[in-house]
Amino acid sequence: MFEYAPAPESRSIVDIKPSYGLFVNGEWVDGENRNKTVNPATEEVLAEVAWATEAEVDSAVGAARTAYEKVWSRTSGRERAKYLYRIARIIQERSRELAVLESIDNGKPIRESRDVDVPLVAAHFFYYAGWADKLGYAGFGPSPRPVGVAGQVIPWNFPLLMLAWKIAPALACGNTVVLKPAETTPLTALLFAEICQEADLPPGVVNIVTGAGDTGHALVSHPGVDKVAFTGSTDVGRAIARAVAGTRKKLTLELGGKAANIVFDDAPIDQAVEGIVNGIFFNQGHVCCAGSRLLVQESVYDEVLASLKRRMALLRVGDPLDKNTDIGAINSAAQLDRIRTLSEIGASEGATQWSPPCSLPDRGFWFAPTIFTGVTQAHRIAREEIFGPVLSVLTFRTPAEAVEKANNTPYGLSAGVWTDKGSRILWMADRLRAGVVWANTFNKFDPTAPFGGYKESGYGREGGRHGLEAYLDV
Amino acid sequence: MSDRLAVRKTYKLYVGGKFPRSESGRSYLVQDSNVALASRKDVRDAVVAARAAVKGWSGATAYNRGQILYRIAEMLEGRRDQFIGLGEAPADVDAAIDRWVWYAGWSDKIAQVYGNANPVAGPYFNLSAPEPTGVVGVVAPPDSPLLGLVSVVAPAIVTGNTVVVLASEGQPLPAVTLAEVLATSDLPGGVVNILTGRVEETGPWLAAHMDVNAIDLTGALEAELARSLEEAAADNLKRVVRPSATPIDWHADPGLGRLTAFLETKTVWHPKGV
Repeated sequence: MFEYAPAPESRSIVDIKPSYGLFVNGEWVDGENRNKTVNPATEEVLAEVAWATEAEVDSAVGAARTAYEKVWSRTSGRERAKYLYRIARIIQERSRELAVLESIDNGKPIRESRDVDVPLVAAHFFYYAGWADKLGYAGFGPSPRPVGVAGQVIPWNFPLLMLAWKIAPALACGNTVVLKPAETTPLTALLFAEICQEADLPPGVVNIVTGAGDTGHALVSHPGVDKVAFTGSTDVGRAIARAVAGTRKKLTLELGGKAANIVFDDAPIDQAVEGIVNGIFFNQGHVCCAGSRLLVQESVYDEVLASLKRRMALLRVGDPLDKNTDIGAINSAAQLDRIRTLSEIGASEGATQWSPPCSLPDRGFWFAPTIFTGVTQAHRIAREEIFGPVLSVLTFRTPAEAVEKANNTPYGLSAGVWTDKGSRILWMADRLRAGVVWANTFNKFDPTAPFGGYKESGYGREGGRHGLEAYLDV
Repeated sequence: MSDRLAVRKTYKLYVGGKFPRSESGRSYLVQDSNVALASRKDVRDAVVAARAAVKGWSGATAYNRGQILYRIAEMLEGRRDQFIGLGEAPADVDAAIDRWVWYAGWSDKIAQVYGNANPVAGPYFNLSAPEPTGVVGVVAPPDSPLLGLVSVVAPAIVTGNTVVVLASEGQPLPAVTLAEVLATSDLPGGVVNILTGRVEETGPWLAAHMDVNAIDLTGALEAELARSLEEAAADNLKRVVRPSATPIDWHADPGLGRLTAFLETKTVWHPKGV
């Protein structure tokens, strides 16, 4: 591979404070417990943040309740829309700052945070802003009511984008929110709190409580919460489903996946290889809908594998702030451990591991893009979500076998199909038990397109008209 | 009047289109009749039958499913007096017949009302359409053994799901008689499976079954039972319909909630290009 000159994005646009509190009722309050958030690319400590206690979560839920009853539920849809449009505009205006901060705290390449995450965040607020005064036309009756106070827990893989998926529809429908970002990626949510202040959003409509699992547990099990929305692992999703059993809390869950990316012999191979790479290496594979199981039709297996390896050798792994970087840092030491463990299991169970020659930085958390061949459906790397840049390759002969293998998983979030034949795409799309099917493309997202899983990938949809249902009393 | 000895009916389960006794060999007495007392094994057999029926039923055309539901209404109309004879109010029987007709019409309309064309910001044809969730467990309302039962079963199956129903424990006879209607309506065996017996005994097995995709707890009126069933349902993240917070008026407009509760939305992205 030829050398690129470094092209680092300046981080001077971002002003990270040494310490952050909780954002409750429009104000910053010091938290009792404090922890550090680090840059996963350097292990440098970025800031101290609060890990909210049960009492602090309680005060945030109280603030959200008061704001709901006294202000937000009495604010007309038209006015709510204008607040959301205002927020969308500020996100666009401060997009560089948000993108750089996201890459520093999360480890994802700046090219991605700049070109994918932040533009989608703004688009999401724009889209749901427009719904706020049109809810009577959404198909849920003439005047659907909000649910009340939403407790929202989001993951670390798309910190700001998941915040947008949660907060935009909630506010549009007239709910107030208490949102907990992931403990390893709290900074953009805290910057979003500043944006709420800048937009003059009434105090208490959005509350941000940082923290880890205990904070999340306190939030979702708080009796003052009417609606729980969670994106994260299937195990935590199960625990939340148990915790809300017997209550009147409305619940939506967007959980794990083990998506099949299916390549037929008539597919345009070069395009398919780009789609395979995008499917599993986008965002370091920290994607619930990642195409982590490649199913290749036997007759083109050699060709696809050769082309895929050639392409993988060109992937640039390194500094997330470098504009040439394709694959950034693994988000945390704990996640790196999990990826390593499952990869070791893949090798020990008999699959063949391959990575391109790839020099990784000395500090920080890194994992080279990796494929496993000779994988069978019984292998753990074909069944469990790795949530890293690791692809398991399997083969098939007939379309029926492809469907059988693709659906042979407890998950059902997404799937990809690569073929030149339109009727085959539709035939496959009908049979794949997954909430999103990408044909001749992969990992595309849009605020107008509903997203969410079948089976153990969770329930409820985010995005589109469907995304309103979770936040309306219907 | 007559000195003829009446032929009594044996009230059995309805599983996979057949009328077996409980494998446990047990029964319980209701209105002077012995009614099958379903067991854990019966629940599992019913789930197997329901799963086997998913492919054919969900793969049938919406037009075909609508015709079959309408056929159920026709058959039920013909047995109207029989249900009244079991103690059902005539108004409830009429409403149950009309409910089948109402849901029959939804089969080929729900995708148009609940699906969407999505105007994504890019050159993609993007469509969201509803699909059936799969196998649905149903705890039928104990207090409305025909109208309530029809009101929970019809919306689940019209979209292509199959169901395992735990019938009203105290008043199971209308459910078994309804099974005779279903069996003569061209409804494929296994689409509706009806178990009679004790919900406290069979409910936990149904709620925890890993091959059941959703559970309707409308009839689990006891709060602790409903909570424990919902908790068990979390093992494989079943979609859950909780018991209503307030008593349900089964004669009211049902709305779409019971249809959409057992639908999954699939979004398909397809590039546009020449």
